[in-house]
Amino acid sequence: MTGSGTPLARGLNCPNCGSAVELRAGEHALTAVCPSCLSVLDAKDPNFRVLQTVEEKMRVKPRIPLGTRGTIMGGTYQVIGFQVRTIVVEGVSYSWHEYLLFNPYRGFRYLTEYQGHWNAVVTVHAVPTMQKQVVLSTAKLDGITYRHFQSASARTTFVLGEFPWQVRTGDTVEAQDYVAPPRLLSAETTADETTWSRSEYIAGDEVWKAFKLPGSAPPAVGIFANQPSPYGGIGRLWKAFVLLFIALAVMFLGREVSARREQVFSGQFVARPGANGDSTAFVTAPFELKGHTSNVELTTAGDLNNSWIFVDYALINEETGVSTEVAREASYYYGSDSDGNWSEGGKSDRAMIPSVPPGRYFLRVAPEVAPDGQAVTYNIRVRRDVPNALFFGVALLLLLLPPVMLSIRAAAFESQRWKESDHAFSISSSSDDSDE
Amino acid sequence: MTQPTANCPNCGAPITFLWSSAVQTVCPFCRTVLVRHDVNLLKVGEAADLPVDSSPIQIRTEGKYKGRNFLVVGRILYEYERGGWNEWHLIYSDGESGWLSDAQAEYAMSHRVPTPGNLPAPNDLKVGNDVEWNGNHYTVATRTVAHYRGVEGELPFETWDKSDVPFIDLRSRDGRFATLDWSDTPPTLYLGEFVEWDDLNLTNVREFEGWPLR
Repeated sequence: MTGSGTPLARGLNCPNCGSAVELRAGEHALTAVCPSCLSVLDAKDPNFRVLQTVEEKMRVKPRIPLGTRGTIMGGTYQVIGFQVRTIVVEGVSYSWHEYLLFNPYRGFRYLTEYQGHWNAVVTVHAVPTMQKQVVLSTAKLDGITYRHFQSASARTTFVLGEFPWQVRTGDTVEAQDYVAPPRLLSAETTADETTWSRSEYIAGDEVWKAFKLPGSAPPAVGIFANQPSPYGGIGRLWKAFVLLFIALAVMFLGREVSARREQVFSGQFVARPGANGDSTAFVTAPFELKGHTSNVELTTAGDLNNSWIFVDYALINEETGVSTEVAREASYYYGSDSDGNWSEGGKSDRAMIPSVPPGRYFLRVAPEVAPDGQAVTYNIRVRRDVPNALFFGVALLLLLLPPVMLSIRAAAFESQRWKESDHAFSISSSSDDSDE
Repeated sequence: MTQPTANCPNCGAPITFLWSSAVQTVCPFCRTVLVRHDVNLLKVGEAADLPVDSSPIQIRTEGKYKGRNFLVVGRILYEYERGGWNEWHLIYSDGESGWLSDAQAEYAMSHRVPTPGNLPAPNDLKVGNDVEWNGNHYTVATRTVAHYRGVEGELPFETWDKSDVPFIDLRSRDGRFATLDWSDTPPTLYLGEFVEWDDLNLTNVREFEGWPLR
């Protein structure tokens, strides 16, 4: 404390109980509360006339003791007043704490706390633009649209310290909250006037640091009206998705255009009943797979007629003997019943063999058909370097996964937030103008 | 800025004017309210003692707002049923006059503008009503009857022998305000905006014990 300047602090004795009352805000104080008997005193009266005595001795200990100074909201502020305010929703009381902060040059600010959720609050002088719609009402201020969250009567249930306005236990205002996380706009209406204030959500740790409080801030319980969503970056994630999707689409189109789709083998064969794989296996004429290592498309198409064909293939490199085996099946059934015509399966099957190096190859083919059915005529076609849409489909799904998962979690967070509002059942989108 | 000097007709103390166009001043020694008539200073009454207050602004406080330097030369303390506020009269370096209001350390800068001809009647300016001036929208916020609780320093008009001052305060959507002072008819219109302490770049302010400025 420096010794120079006009003093602001002064002491008095409570006319009700005689205890010492300390005042910190000079002539700004209109009312002060005796810390001992909780009487509300007229700070402007030379005798500190008692304005209200409090029967109910419910005591609440402020988490930031009166007189504590901290560096917060752009300046040094001292806690000079504290009140507990209560709303009743569906028979349940909810109370929050309000700290009045003072700097003799910068004026008054507020801090509020509800179950570990803190807000830094300033008075708003502008008149927000109100819009009332059927489902939701909004208030617009400084280009930010706030959505109506809750309306309630807020009653002052406990006061300590001094205030630059008339304060009494039992004072009631009509409070309306509008949210645009991390901000909240509140209107408090009395018989005389409506006062607007703007809150900004701050972490309890920041309050602890600002006021150098011992220990650590109590953990926040639940989700608060204007608590910023931890999924706030979801918009950027979707933007990244769009960019990656465009890149993927360009790759897909590029592949579609550049793929050679070169047919290197085609042959027609017949599998008779009794063909049972190995016993009727044969090899095809050799064919050349050119270019760089790339995929091979193997198509089996049969004249299936309520029948099936199963083929064991081996793609064998003539020079190295390296063999890639695939087993494929095609089946086609059709008929009609009470629901009309039906069909199942298809007459052809398509397999992709990935990463086949160039070279001379042949196929070993071991067909099998129903032992008691008809002979099946089938065609085998081999194409080199065919684009595989499946690959892009899988890539797209993998790309979609993170933003979709996070969007689901963000929606769950928003639904938790709005559960506590007057609009628990309205569909809430996470869009807000305050983002970025 | 000229600083003409005269002598208090009551106590003979030298009166130094900070503003050459001052209409009224208060002798800082004997608190006599003096009004200028041509070159003479006329005693019109005695100013009440100003109650102790905790405003950091004082006569001769200097500041700079939006690039314009100003000097505080006078003050009116208004009082109404729920408290009071200061209107500090200030002079910009170009000689223009303006006001810095201080209500519980909430600050606003304003200046007088010509009263528009199409002013609504007082009864049409009910709380919540919208008014448009020069394309700017204002909403009537409060109607207050205040009175002069005290004066000091140099003012652009006479306050002596005036009592109740009906005010209508209007707010805009962007933090500006308008005040209609209905102590005369037609009323005087002031336009202004709310400001923060740091916006004012004040020097020579009143310092408070235990609250260093830096």
